[in-house]
Amino acid sequence: MGYFRRMADDEDHQRKLKLVRGFSANVPHNRALGMEILEIAPGAALFKLPYDEKLVGNPDTGVIHGGAITALLDGASGAAVFASLVDFVPIATLDLRIDYLRPAEVGQAVHARATCYKMTKNVAFTRAVAYHEDPEDPIAHSVGTFMVSTKYGNVKP
Amino acid sequence: MTLVERLTAAKRAGDYQGLFEAIPYARFLGLSASLQGDELITTMRYADHLIGNPALPALHGGTLGALLESAAIFELLWRAETVVLPKTVTVTIDYLRSAAPLDTHARGVITRQGRRISNVRIEAWQGDRATPVASAHGIFLVMRG
Repeated sequence: MGYFRRMADDEDHQRKLKLVRGFSANVPHNRALGMEILEIAPGAALFKLPYDEKLVGNPDTGVIHGGAITALLDGASGAAVFASLVDFVPIATLDLRIDYLRPAEVGQAVHARATCYKMTKNVAFTRAVAYHEDPEDPIAHSVGTFMVSTKYGNVKP
Repeated sequence: MTLVERLTAAKRAGDYQGLFEAIPYARFLGLSASLQGDELITTMRYADHLIGNPALPALHGGTLGALLESAAIFELLWRAETVVLPKTVTVTIDYLRSAAPLDTHARGVITRQGRRISNVRIEAWQGDRATPVASAHGIFLVMRG
């Protein structure tokens, strides 16, 4: 079966997904940004970042800073990795590449949908897209790698 | 005054701090700048709301990404002959070690400055500059005119 097992849609896994949601919601910086966790599914996460004055990178236009999108994509990608784990172990971002495709619209919330598309013994691979309402009209796209089980042993096969 | 005008004025006055005060998100992150010798150092002052992992505790990867990107843009604004706001095309961040709840510093180095595109390498560190917590490289669109 390898190291990656999709979570079945049973009670135990639903409980785990709830834990992922609770964990993500309680990350201090996620809270400070006003991030909302809309959905946690096996290997996937959907986050929302409501528009806020404090996120503005260009006061002339009101467009939010790329760094806020980075934090959103990083947070959603990490949650997608957690939502792929059979057992919870610590994870750490190894790298994250973000392509900025177009500026965000002023006053509109940004969504990020992340998937963990490959899990190995040591490394998880993610991709994520940031958009307003239509994922086909993205603001930014990211790919990331995460170290799985950074301190306390390995993921159970 | 528009942002570009404020930036131009700040640059002319040698007021590197003025570059950040105009940007709400930079204030939210607690960014400040200082000139150390010939180097422009961007500092993200530690605050509890920057934490991503309360168990360790460690800074949120997004805050480090934002610091690295801001340091690159700052370097471009500072070194460029004319002030235009660089647009980030792509940034790749390497997270090298977990960042402790401390002040974090970053510096960007322009590796290539073309007519439209600039490439920047950035490193972020805490206590010891020789052991960076994160590094990045970015590609920026810098259209003059």
